[in-house]
Amino acid sequence: MSHQNPLMEFVHRRRRGAELFLLVLALVVGIGGYAAVGVGVEGKVPPDIVAYGGWLAALILAAHIVVRLTAPYADPVLLPVVAALNGLGLAVIHRLDLAKGLDQPASFARQQLTWMTLGVILFAGTLVLLRDHRLLQRFTYTSGLVAILLLLLPMLPLVGKDINGARIWIHIGSMSFQPGEVAKVLLVIAFAGYLVLHRDALALAGRRVLFVDLPRGRDLGPILAMWLVSLGILVFQHDLGSSLLFFGLFLVMLYVATERPGWLVVGGGMFAVGALAAYKLLGHVTDRVDIWLHPFDYYQQTSGPHSDQLVESMFGMAWGGLTGRGFGNGSPYRISYAESDFIMGAIGEELGLTAVMAVIVCYGLIVERGLRTALICRDGFGKLVATGLACSFALQVFVVVGGVTRLIPLTGLTTPFLSYGGSSLVANWVIIALLLRISDQARRPIPDLSSPDDDMEHTQVVKLMPS
Amino acid sequence: MNKPIRTMSLFCMALFLALMVNATYLQYVKAGDLDKDSRNRRVIQAAFSRERGAILVEREPVAASVPSDDVYKYQRTYAEPFKYAPVTGFFSYYSQTGIEQSENEVLSGDDSRLFVTRLLDMLSNAEPKGGSVDLTLNRAAQDAAYDGLQALGSDVEGAVVAIEPNTGKILAMVSNPTFDPNLLADHDLTKVGKAYDRLNKDKSEPLLNRGIQTTLPPGSTFKLVTAAAAIESGQYTPSSLVPGGSAFDLPDSSDTVGNWQGGSCGADQITLTQALEVSCNVSFLTLANQLGADRMRKQAEAFGFNQEYLDDLPLQAISRYPSDMDRPQTAMSGIGQASVTASPLQMAMVVAGIANSGIVMKPYLVNEVRAPDLSSLGITKTTELSRAISPRTADELTQMMVSVVNNGTGGNAAIPGIDVAGKTGTAQSTPSRPPYAWFVSFAPADNPQVAVAVLVAQSHTERDEIAGGALCAPIAKAVMEAVINR
Repeated sequence: MSHQNPLMEFVHRRRRGAELFLLVLALVVGIGGYAAVGVGVEGKVPPDIVAYGGWLAALILAAHIVVRLTAPYADPVLLPVVAALNGLGLAVIHRLDLAKGLDQPASFARQQLTWMTLGVILFAGTLVLLRDHRLLQRFTYTSGLVAILLLLLPMLPLVGKDINGARIWIHIGSMSFQPGEVAKVLLVIAFAGYLVLHRDALALAGRRVLFVDLPRGRDLGPILAMWLVSLGILVFQHDLGSSLLFFGLFLVMLYVATERPGWLVVGGGMFAVGALAAYKLLGHVTDRVDIWLHPFDYYQQTSGPHSDQLVESMFGMAWGGLTGRGFGNGSPYRISYAESDFIMGAIGEELGLTAVMAVIVCYGLIVERGLRTALICRDGFGKLVATGLACSFALQVFVVVGGVTRLIPLTGLTTPFLSYGGSSLVANWVIIALLLRISDQARRPIPDLSSPDDDMEHTQVVKLMPS
Repeated sequence: MNKPIRTMSLFCMALFLALMVNATYLQYVKAGDLDKDSRNRRVIQAAFSRERGAILVEREPVAASVPSDDVYKYQRTYAEPFKYAPVTGFFSYYSQTGIEQSENEVLSGDDSRLFVTRLLDMLSNAEPKGGSVDLTLNRAAQDAAYDGLQALGSDVEGAVVAIEPNTGKILAMVSNPTFDPNLLADHDLTKVGKAYDRLNKDKSEPLLNRGIQTTLPPGSTFKLVTAAAAIESGQYTPSSLVPGGSAFDLPDSSDTVGNWQGGSCGADQITLTQALEVSCNVSFLTLANQLGADRMRKQAEAFGFNQEYLDDLPLQAISRYPSDMDRPQTAMSGIGQASVTASPLQMAMVVAGIANSGIVMKPYLVNEVRAPDLSSLGITKTTELSRAISPRTADELTQMMVSVVNNGTGGNAAIPGIDVAGKTGTAQSTPSRPPYAWFVSFAPADNPQVAVAVLVAQSHTERDEIAGGALCAPIAKAVMEAVINR
C-alpha cells in the first residue's frame, strides 16, 4: 500500500533474545502453576513435574526456534503471551482433573497437552510452509467454500451430534471436533481476499444520510449473505456464540476494508433486528437472556432452564476476591464445565481478581500486537487478515469472559488457549502463526530494489536509512 | 485502511476495559453480597470444613467438631444436647446462638489472639483450626439442676442458675423446655430448615434460655432486696418490729393487699426476721412504702437491676426496677410485684451478693480460652460488679435467711448438718395464668460456695399448690448439695 510512507522506512529489530527471555517467564507461569496445583491440592510437588515441565519447555523452545529460523522479524511478544496462557490453562485443567479424581492417561490435562503438541506442530508447519502470507489470497474462494462445508458438517446425520443443545460437533470414531474453530480462520482469509478485491466498489458508491454514507442497495449482497449464514448457525445449530462472532468479524473487516462507518450502521441495524427476532422467536435465546437478567431466579431450578453454572461461577469469583483462595482451597468443581467454557470462573476463584486481570491483559496484548501488525503491514490483504484475526480474538474473549462474568448473556465459546478443547487450541495456535508470519513480513526491512542506474534522489533516501 | 484499524483498536480497548471493570465489580464490589447469599455453598463449606474448636465443661467437650465423610469435612456434635443447649447454643448453616455465637471468633479460629497460629497454618499449608472455650460450669450442679427440672415433667417451663458467690462463676445454667442443637447442626440443610421452623414456632419456646432471656416478677424473693434496703437505711435491724396483720391499705388508692393465701402474719407487730420467715406481704409493703422509690431503686440497682452485665452470652434480658413508679406501685415493688421483673440470673446474683459479704461479682461463663495447641489465650479475671450492702447487713440478712429455711417457708431446702440460707417466692402476673414459683438460696451460710436461683413458670402442679418452697426448694437443695459434696 504505502511503500512511499517515510515511516515505513524505519527498520525493526529482530528482538528474538527478548522473546526468549519472555518465554522463560511464560514457562515459569506454566510449570510453576502445575507445581502449585500439586502442592495446593495434594500437598506435594507432582511426581511427573520434570517430565511435564520438560515437555512444555521443549514445545515452547521448538516454537521459538522455528520462529527464529523462519520468521526472524516476527513480533516478540505474541509467542510468550500465548505460551503463558496455554501453560496457565493446563495447570487449571490439571487442578480440575484432581478434583474429579481423573487418572493421568484419561485426564483432560494430559489430552490438552497432546492437543497443544499438535497445535505447536501446526504452528511450526504454518510458519515453515507459508513463507509469504499473500499466497493465501489465492485460496480466497476455496477457503470460503471449505469454511461453509465445515460449518455444515455437524448438520450431517452420521457425524454430527447434539451436545448440550448445540449442534456444533462432529464425531469420527472416538475423536470429536468443533469445525467452527477452523472455519473461523478460513473465513478471515476468505473475507480478506474478497474485500481487498471489492473494497473500492463497496466503498465509493452510496448516498449520504445524516452525516453517514450509506451503501447502495445492490452492494448489500455480501453482508446480507453473511447475516443469513449467521442466523442459520443460530437457528439450526443453536450456537449463539459463533453466530455473533462470525457476523461481528465480517462487519469489522468490511468497515476496515472500505473505511466507511456506514457499514457499521447497516450491520448494527441488521444485528439488532436479528438479535431481537432471535430473542422473541427462539426459545433457547430467550432463556439465555432471561437467565442473564435474573440469574438468581433460575438458580437450582429443577425443571426448565437453570442458571447453576453462571451463579456458581459468580459465587466462586466473589469467594476468590482480590487474591483468590489458592489452588486446592476453592471449589471450582461446583461449576459444571469449569475446564472449558467457565475456566475464567475457576481462575477467578482460586487465583483471584489479580489473575483474572492478568489474563485479560494478556488477551489485550495479543489483540494489540495483532492490530499493530495490521497497521504496519505493507499490503491490504495482510492488513485485513491481521485485523480480522485480532478482532475475532477480541470478540471471542469479550463474548466468553463477558458471559462468564455476567456482563452480557452467556454464549458457548471457548476461552482461547485456556479452555480445554482440541479444535480451539489447535486453531488458535495457527492464528498466532499467521499473525507472526504477517508481522515478520511487515517488520522485515524493505528489500533493496534499487539498481545502480536509479536516480540520485532515490539513492539518497536509501542512504538516510539507519542501518 | 489505517484509520479504521485505529478505530477498531479503540473499540477493542473499550471491550477489554468493560471486562476489567465488570470483573472488579463482581469480585470486589459485589463479592460481599454474593458471599452473604444464603444459597452460596462455598461460605458454609468453609465454616463446616474447618475444625471448629470445642466447648468444654470440666475439660470434657459438650460441643465438638468430629471428622465427617459427607460434603463437609467436620460435623458439629453436642454430647449432652438438651442439658447444655441453653449455654452452648447451636451452630447451624443459618445462624449461631449462645457460646457458639459469642465465642465464634475463637471457635472458628478468626480471633486476633489466634493470628500467629493462623499465619503458621497458612505457611505450613495446614488446615486452620479453631481454639477451644472452657466454661465455668460444674457438671454435678448442671446435672442436679437439669434432673430437678425434668422431674417436674419434660414440658415444665423453668430455669436454674447457680453462681459461685466469691467469683461470679456461673456453675449451672439450665432452661426448660430445651432443644437438641444436633438437629440444627446437621449437614442436610432441608432437615435443618424444618427443624428450626418447628422449634421457632413451638409455643413453649424451646430456643429461649430462660435463665437470662426472660424476666418475670420475682415475687417474694425480692423481699430480700427490700430487707437489704431497710437495714442499709439504718432505721431497721433484724429484730426491729414491723407491722404484721392481714391487710395493707395501698397509699393514694382504695385498694388493700393481703398476704398470700389470705391469713395474718401472726401478730400486728412482728420482727423483721419473722416477717421474712413467713414472707409477710404486709410488712414488706409497709417497708417499701416507708423507704420510698429512690431508696428501693438504688438498692435494686446495686444488685444489678437495670444493667447489662453478662458478656459471655448474647441476648441477655435486663432485669427492671423502673424509675417512674408512683406510691402504690412502690409499695407493691416491696414484694416483687408491680413492674419489677427479674431473670433467674439476676435473683441468683442478689443472693450471691448477700453470700459474698455484700459484694456482687460480675457473672461469667467462659473460664478460659485456649489455642488449638491447648496453650492458654487467657483466663477470665473475676471483677466486682458492685458493693450492694455492707458486710454487716449481709451478715444479718444471712442469719434471717437461715431462719427462713430452719423455721419458715424454706424448709424443703434444708441440708442436714449445713446451714442453708434461702427465700421462697410466688409471684402473680395475671389472674388467668398460674403464679411463678421462685426459690433463691446459698450454702453453707458461714462459708458460701454456691448461690442458686430456681424459677418454675409453668408446671402440671395444681394452682393452689404452686409455691416456691414446694416446687423449687428441692431443686435448689440438690444443686447446692452437688457443689458442696464435690
